[in-house]
Amino acid sequence: MSPRVVFPNKILPYLLLAPQLAITLVFFYWPASQALYQSMLREDPFGLSSKFVWFANFRKVLSDPNYLNSVHVTIVFSVATAAVAMSVALLLAVMADKVVRSRGLYRTLMIWPYAVAPAIAGMLWLFLFNPSIGSLAYGLRWLGISWDPLLNGSQAMVLVVAAASWKQISYNFLFFVAGLQAIPKTLIEAAAIDGAGEHKRFWTIVFPLLAPTTFFLLVVNTVYAFFDTFGIIHAVTGGGPGKATETLVYKVYNDGFVNLILGDSAAQSVILMAIVIALTAIQFRYVERKVHYG
Amino acid sequence: MATVDLKDVRKVYPGGVEAVKGVSIAIPDKALCVLVGPSGCGKSTLLRMIAGLETISAGSCAIDGKVVNAIGPTERDIAMVFQNYALYPHMKVYDNMAYGLRNRGTPKDEIDRRVRSTAKTLELEHLLERRPRELSGGQRQRVAMGRAIVRNPKVFLFDEPLSNLDAKLRGQMRVEIKNLQRSLGVTSVYVTHDQLEAMTLADVLVVMNAGLVEQSGAPLDIYEKPASTFVASFIGAPPMNLLPLRSGQFEGAVTLPAVPGNAATLGFRPEDCEVRVEAGGIAADGALRLLARVEGVEPVGAESFLYCQAAGGRIVVRVPGRTELQAGDQLPVFARREKLHFFGSDGKRV
Repeated sequence: MSPRVVFPNKILPYLLLAPQLAITLVFFYWPASQALYQSMLREDPFGLSSKFVWFANFRKVLSDPNYLNSVHVTIVFSVATAAVAMSVALLLAVMADKVVRSRGLYRTLMIWPYAVAPAIAGMLWLFLFNPSIGSLAYGLRWLGISWDPLLNGSQAMVLVVAAASWKQISYNFLFFVAGLQAIPKTLIEAAAIDGAGEHKRFWTIVFPLLAPTTFFLLVVNTVYAFFDTFGIIHAVTGGGPGKATETLVYKVYNDGFVNLILGDSAAQSVILMAIVIALTAIQFRYVERKVHYG
Repeated sequence: MATVDLKDVRKVYPGGVEAVKGVSIAIPDKALCVLVGPSGCGKSTLLRMIAGLETISAGSCAIDGKVVNAIGPTERDIAMVFQNYALYPHMKVYDNMAYGLRNRGTPKDEIDRRVRSTAKTLELEHLLERRPRELSGGQRQRVAMGRAIVRNPKVFLFDEPLSNLDAKLRGQMRVEIKNLQRSLGVTSVYVTHDQLEAMTLADVLVVMNAGLVEQSGAPLDIYEKPASTFVASFIGAPPMNLLPLRSGQFEGAVTLPAVPGNAATLGFRPEDCEVRVEAGGIAADGALRLLARVEGVEPVGAESFLYCQAAGGRIVVRVPGRTELQAGDQLPVFARREKLHFFGSDGKRV
């Protein structure tokens, strides 16, 4: 326990906190309350008047089959993206840990994709897998796969998941490498002497000891898949074909800014906010406790 | 149960650094062999080569008569206690001890029986459900020992296991390790830089320096007949007094017994000195006699150490009990002929 700092001046602590509070108020609480307010308004088709409708927008959104489809799409997309991004990153990190020569170069190269902007990453994958001009799409067709993400919803999903995970792998890789380095070498040696083969050592010693890192990345990746993948989806599929890759965030944008149904869009934002708060709270409350040890 | 034979073992690191430069040691069955030396002398590297954690660049390591150079640590049937204990932090004490047995496919009730009986021996029974972080340093040390014992291996390896404990606990654990090792009768190799630990634990003591064995043998033999100035100054606390000789002469000596012709250094232990305050007192025949000035006195209780300046260099003298001598006092120092050691110009005993 560190001793509590006591300020003799009564106003100074508030002054010191003021900039942080101001930023939070202006950039979080104000827009959030605006969203909450707007989610209870309904505009006429020409945007000339609006009416306070209480929770009618929420009722409408939650009974909309398109919205429920979007929930489903988001779950599939997020779980797949987090799973792929984390497992591939872990595999690469474990491999990188074994590299003896030019380890630094290997790691630097691994980090590069993180510097690519989401929209550009999306375009990259779009071009590579474009059914008519993509070089890798050509390869897939040569393998006998009828590759057409513009018409096939599942293939479109695979494409956005691949693009979204690819971008996140670097970030996860960095943390896994750091996490692996933090595991004392003697533990691995003790396990080897204790008769555990390499595979067994990984699953019984390394993986459990990586749990704090894995948990942290799980939170970050879920939030990433939920919110930061708009650019990729927008560039690669635009939510299509049909609504096969329309995630919740993308639908908020579509309904609000493309279709200009502001009330519905705001209601969706509020639901999204509630989901994120709940998700983070659950993760920190129940998962974190099990993975931290001294 | 097992012997350990090292034959001309060498370790060369990729950078070209030779950490171990050809070491041959034969450890008999059930013996406790202590490797002692200053840091960087290659003792830990040697231990890790026996464990299979480092590859052997040249030479051979045989456990129980079987060369194990090409065998990994998993198949060598050894157990190791690490300096930082290396307990698995996410496992309970019970699971820490059971881990090695589980990996080897021991039946469940057999594991339970062995873990519990080992825990009983080490008085760990009440800690089995705890995690390592909930234990004190001494308890962690015991768990690390337990994890090694429970497997019933051919060889125990100890890598400075007591260096993280406080002095009192260290003394206690030293006795316990010795008793345990003797009662279990498992061949052991023990690495330490603490000469006291080395002296008290070892059946076979190996003093290492710069990747080579300086001397090996029974601890008291080494103490009484150090093979080189390095061993003389490393074994014993405070270390042996070493004074340079110039062509068989020693300027500071009032009387000097017959010196071997090629001796370059004269040595005698602080505890082999006698002090006669009244000058010209009893001077035993053939004893060394020199004059020294006290620079500092360290009373330890049962004995006192006098730090003195003699003509040839600094010396330490041990006197029993308390002393009235003070800094600045002049006194004659005697050492009997049979307690003198002579070393050649290469540092080797003559």
